[in-house]
Amino acid sequence: MLRPSLRHSVATGAVRAVNRLSRLLSLGSGTVIGGRVGLAIAPDLLKELARGRVVVLVSGTNGKTTTTAMIAAGWGGGVTTNATGSNMPEGHVAALAESRSSSVVLEVDEAWLGEVTRATKPRVVTLLNLSRDQLDRANEVRRIAERWRDVVASERETTYVANANDPLVVYAAELAREVEWCDVPTPWTTDAMSCPHCTQPLHFTVDSWWSECGFKKPDVLTSTLREQLTLGGQSYELHLGLPGEFNEVDAVMALTALCCLDVAVPDALATISALTTVAGRFSEVLWRGHHLRLLLAKNPAGFTAMLATLTTNDDDVWISINARLADGHDPSWLYDVPFEVLRGHRVYCFGDRRLDLAVRLDYARVAYVVVDDESPLPSSSGVVNLVANYTAFQEWREWSVPC
Amino acid sequence: MVSSVLKIALVYPELLGTYGDGGNGLVLAERVRRRGIAVELETVGINDQMPAASLYLLGGGEDGPQRLGADLLGRSSFASRVGDGSYVFAVCAGLQLLGTTFAVEGDDEYEGLGLVDARTSRGLRRSVGELVVRVDGRPLVGFENHGGVTTLGESLVPLGAVERGVGNDGVVDGFRTATIWASYAHGPLLAMNPWFADQILTTVLGEELEPLATVADRLYDERVATLT
Ligand SMILES: [Zn+2]
Repeated sequence: MLRPSLRHSVATGAVRAVNRLSRLLSLGSGTVIGGRVGLAIAPDLLKELARGRVVVLVSGTNGKTTTTAMIAAGWGGGVTTNATGSNMPEGHVAALAESRSSSVVLEVDEAWLGEVTRATKPRVVTLLNLSRDQLDRANEVRRIAERWRDVVASERETTYVANANDPLVVYAAELAREVEWCDVPTPWTTDAMSCPHCTQPLHFTVDSWWSECGFKKPDVLTSTLREQLTLGGQSYELHLGLPGEFNEVDAVMALTALCCLDVAVPDALATISALTTVAGRFSEVLWRGHHLRLLLAKNPAGFTAMLATLTTNDDDVWISINARLADGHDPSWLYDVPFEVLRGHRVYCFGDRRLDLAVRLDYARVAYVVVDDESPLPSSSGVVNLVANYTAFQEWREWSVPC
Repeated sequence: MVSSVLKIALVYPELLGTYGDGGNGLVLAERVRRRGIAVELETVGINDQMPAASLYLLGGGEDGPQRLGADLLGRSSFASRVGDGSYVFAVCAGLQLLGTTFAVEGDDEYEGLGLVDARTSRGLRRSVGELVVRVDGRPLVGFENHGGVTTLGESLVPLGAVERGVGNDGVVDGFRTATIWASYAHGPLLAMNPWFADQILTTVLGEELEPLATVADRLYDERVATLT
């Protein structure tokens, strides 16, 4: 039986060794397997590796990776982060084992937030939003909200940065000792039509929401995004390198979290504004002579937000849909996405479930082309937007070359 | 019939629409429209009066919303309109609501609308995955995700025999009366099974429909080949 401290250093060494070996053998970044080995040797390794560091966690259905990258960039210095996107404990262990930096920001899968919060004792937890995603794995959104609420109620030393316009997030965070509410645009409220307290209908207006039982949007707001950002009584213009309102929301949540760490907002804002790609998202690539912009959208809320950025012209759009383990095996969610907004465009359908997509588009009366392996594609001029869900996105990154 | 308008009502999609269940309304309306028949697809919100309609659609929902949906439906004219001959197509939680009792939030039992003799209790484990049901000799393909086990009274006919997945109890799925179709296969069940959508429409319209070839036929063939 090894003494605890020795077991932890053995475990940490094992994580690094496996990660290194995995990279050498080109088996991928190795973060999952290395972390798994470490946790097998020392089940409390995450707690041990987080000890004495300033930890920030980011969770929510959409925007985790981007917000995490923004916090890491805005914080500055050597920040430890799980940039490979492995957002469960094995990924966190792998990231922490590789770096001794005292500043840590981790994106956390919604279902794992409790366990990771209890292990890492974070200074700040950022709660972005909750909506339907991979329901065949996560089952029901409200159950996640209940689990978050339990964590928030028990982890009293943490400051929560939370979206005041998402009733399920407010339900989760309202028992916090310290919470900074962010008043950010949250167009997707379909999963919060009934009150999580009393199940009666929630009422929504342009800038507020409430229930008959008294549950309502918080009054005291730390940050507000309207025409401009108001944070800590100061106003700032947002001009991000990343497109779309959803990235602005992520930036506001990131800046609010950084405020809790006493980071100067103007400097952090400048760094965040300079980001143009996050984990390959929004990056421009070449594939068989086509110049593509790779866009990731994994669920109805994310897809709805992404489609809104594509409708300024009538260009062709490429969409690639898979339904593998990491995507959820059930593509029913395609019917929760308002593909009707693409009328006037022609959509090329790719991916394992391109026929499911084609049927959805057909019923939406959107022109489509099912792209089978042998299908010719038109020569495209200019940049073509390609929207892909999770594993499809990873495939397109592998198939293409950056330009 | 051609001169009148077929009215389809999508009931409380805010509560009963977890898995793209609204897609079923879209599919039915579009398949009617493409045959030159006038159709109106109305969304019934939780604050709206229950409108008259030829066909009502009920989708799936989470525990709390399902309970609220049952309350609102019980207070509305829904049951009497169904009693007067309107048709119902229900999936998932919608199926459970039509029966006498259902269980949500642990094992608490709630009263359903009692339109059919079906009782739903909570199963030992959630049923999640592809569902294939033999309906009138053809495979009906879909996806299920529910925690219920539904027991049908002796006089209630199931929709079909389960060939893959769980359905009501691992043996049969859903139920079928002269005016109601119900299945545990949620979401765009009718998008994947265009023949079944047309079977419902033929019954509701009371007339044979012209064939309609769409890409959905190709999807159906692909899903059947993959799953059976
Ligand atoms: Zn309430």
